[in-house]
Amino acid sequence: MAYDKFNILKSSVVPLPIENVDTDQIIPARFLKATERKDFGDNLFRDWRYNADNSPKKDFVLNQDKYSGKILVGGKNFGSGSSREHAAWAVYDYGFRCVVSSFFADIFRNNCLNVGVLPVQVSPEFLEKIFAETEKDADSQVEVNLQEQTITIVNTGDKESFDINAYKKENMLNGFDDIDYLLNMKEEITAFAENTPL
Amino acid sequence: MKTLFDKVWDSHVVRKIENGPDVLFIDRHMVHEVTSPVAFLGLKSRNIGVKHPEKTFATADHNTPTINQHLPVKDPLSANQLKALEENSKAHGISYWGLGHEKNGIVHVVGPEYGITQPGATIVCGDSHTSTHGAFGAIAFGIGTSEVEMVLATQCIMQPKPKSMRINVVGNLNKGVTPKDVALYIISQLTTSGATGYFVEYAGDVFKNMTMEGRMTVCNLSIEMGARGGMIAPDEKTLEYVKGREFTPTGAAWDKAKAYWDTLYTEEDATFDKELTFKGADIEPMITYGTNPGMGMGIGKDIPTAESLEGGVSTYKKSLQYMAFNEGDSMIGKPIDFVFLGSCTNGRIEDFRAFTEIVKGKQKAPNVTAWLVPGSHKVEAAIKEEGLLDILTAAGFELREPGCSACLAMNDDKVPAGKYAVSTSNRNFEGRQGPGSRTLLASPLVAAAAAVTGKVTDPRELL
Repeated sequence: MAYDKFNILKSSVVPLPIENVDTDQIIPARFLKATERKDFGDNLFRDWRYNADNSPKKDFVLNQDKYSGKILVGGKNFGSGSSREHAAWAVYDYGFRCVVSSFFADIFRNNCLNVGVLPVQVSPEFLEKIFAETEKDADSQVEVNLQEQTITIVNTGDKESFDINAYKKENMLNGFDDIDYLLNMKEEITAFAENTPL
Repeated sequence: MKTLFDKVWDSHVVRKIENGPDVLFIDRHMVHEVTSPVAFLGLKSRNIGVKHPEKTFATADHNTPTINQHLPVKDPLSANQLKALEENSKAHGISYWGLGHEKNGIVHVVGPEYGITQPGATIVCGDSHTSTHGAFGAIAFGIGTSEVEMVLATQCIMQPKPKSMRINVVGNLNKGVTPKDVALYIISQLTTSGATGYFVEYAGDVFKNMTMEGRMTVCNLSIEMGARGGMIAPDEKTLEYVKGREFTPTGAAWDKAKAYWDTLYTEEDATFDKELTFKGADIEPMITYGTNPGMGMGIGKDIPTAESLEGGVSTYKKSLQYMAFNEGDSMIGKPIDFVFLGSCTNGRIEDFRAFTEIVKGKQKAPNVTAWLVPGSHKVEAAIKEEGLLDILTAAGFELREPGCSACLAMNDDKVPAGKYAVSTSNRNFEGRQGPGSRTLLASPLVAAAAAVTGKVTDPRELL
């Protein structure tokens, strides 16, 4: 599915300083029943965000007016658990284009890259600096530059570089997806399939 | 100098992309109703079909009710998703084992049962517990819906090759210690992110001596330590299990496959990026007390204090608060409300045998609601044939129909808010078994002990 190109993103951030945020929290299983990709952002962090009677939980970060932006910053081991791509869809559909953490679960990271959300892994120290700066100033901006592979806390000038493989970087910069690449390999794959033992 | 993992992975690489992922050929693609509809929509919008319907297998499991399966599904959203899978399978010539089909069951239970799962294969499914199939020496892992679409369209996926880890468990297991306990023990030692970025090979006597069902339980839980997957080298036991099943090759095709399977082992001088060794004798029956599968301990131990752990104090306290447990509490004797026996982790015949062994001649505790859900119709049939159902019925238990059920509570099998469930499933995340539910992960033996006593009980006292 096509997504917006990613180049430089400068935005305030939404801080979620909790570790091991699993994909069941990002979107609970009971909201996975759709047969098309529509409105998953409404149920992002559903049970942390709303009470059982659907009233907002005032202390949850998405319900606090002072926090907004296109960058979600989570504690270490973000996105563990279920492979549901719905979690990445929910993050994207809510309006985030980038998730920052000191550690990501593998499948969630892959899913993000496939739907146009850039996962940026930073050092634990840098993560703490973002949380600290945002605590001080909720409007504090962070700049993510994909071309240069850097992330900067604008207020303090703290800067760190991050990893992404060259192929995925190119995809994100251009809004390409893997299926286009694979469809162009059709003959090579057909020839390979004829020689598999199973 | 190759590892088992290297051999299977390398032989499936169609193309290596410099500074990028490998294009990996997929031998078997399992499909279920939750993570596939958007992928099929993608094919439609690109106006392309399924490249290899004969390598693709669809089953309904996540949404399905576990009672009255002969009646129409009541939840309209679930019914709609099941209908979508049926129609998509039909439109693309994919075999579909839907509700009511004799081969229906949880995707990771039926795959091995019908010989779809084979050693040395690459197997994917839009479900993180696809790692289960690694028990046969396959590379099997969960994928997202974009990747489901890739595999439907091209039979390939793009993934960087993970790092390698070998986990050895040596010696023997003590009485009352099951494969589930081995896996929960390893996860408690590694944490839920300890194997992230790695593909695990399990080795050592404990796995060698394990049944295929037990190996499936262990490989199933690989994802809970963060690993892409886990695998065990195929041996005689593996081939014995695979032989004669519906999709298993026969005659000359068997000989050809066997020649390949015989090469599937880690060479002696091969090295791993990380290697860990545990002693089987150190493992006790396990139980979890928190909200991720790494928060587990021997059932007789006390809940650790936040200060005794490395970092994450506030997350740890939040977790215990959700569970309404205190640091230093003993788990033994804690009252429970629900027991769930089932799931792709522990929904096989061996799990029902273990559960029955404990409850035989006893009665279900009156305060406990028990959901006993076989992983497939084949498991259900075996429960009846082996006489387990009679024993379970006499002890006050009922058997439900196959499906994922209360493992993720997408159907009506939901644990109510605030209630405690001893569950043989794989995740104790907040709300996993229903909004507000509190899950204690454990083996079928621990679940059975809780079911007859109404509280957390050491199963060794009842064996």
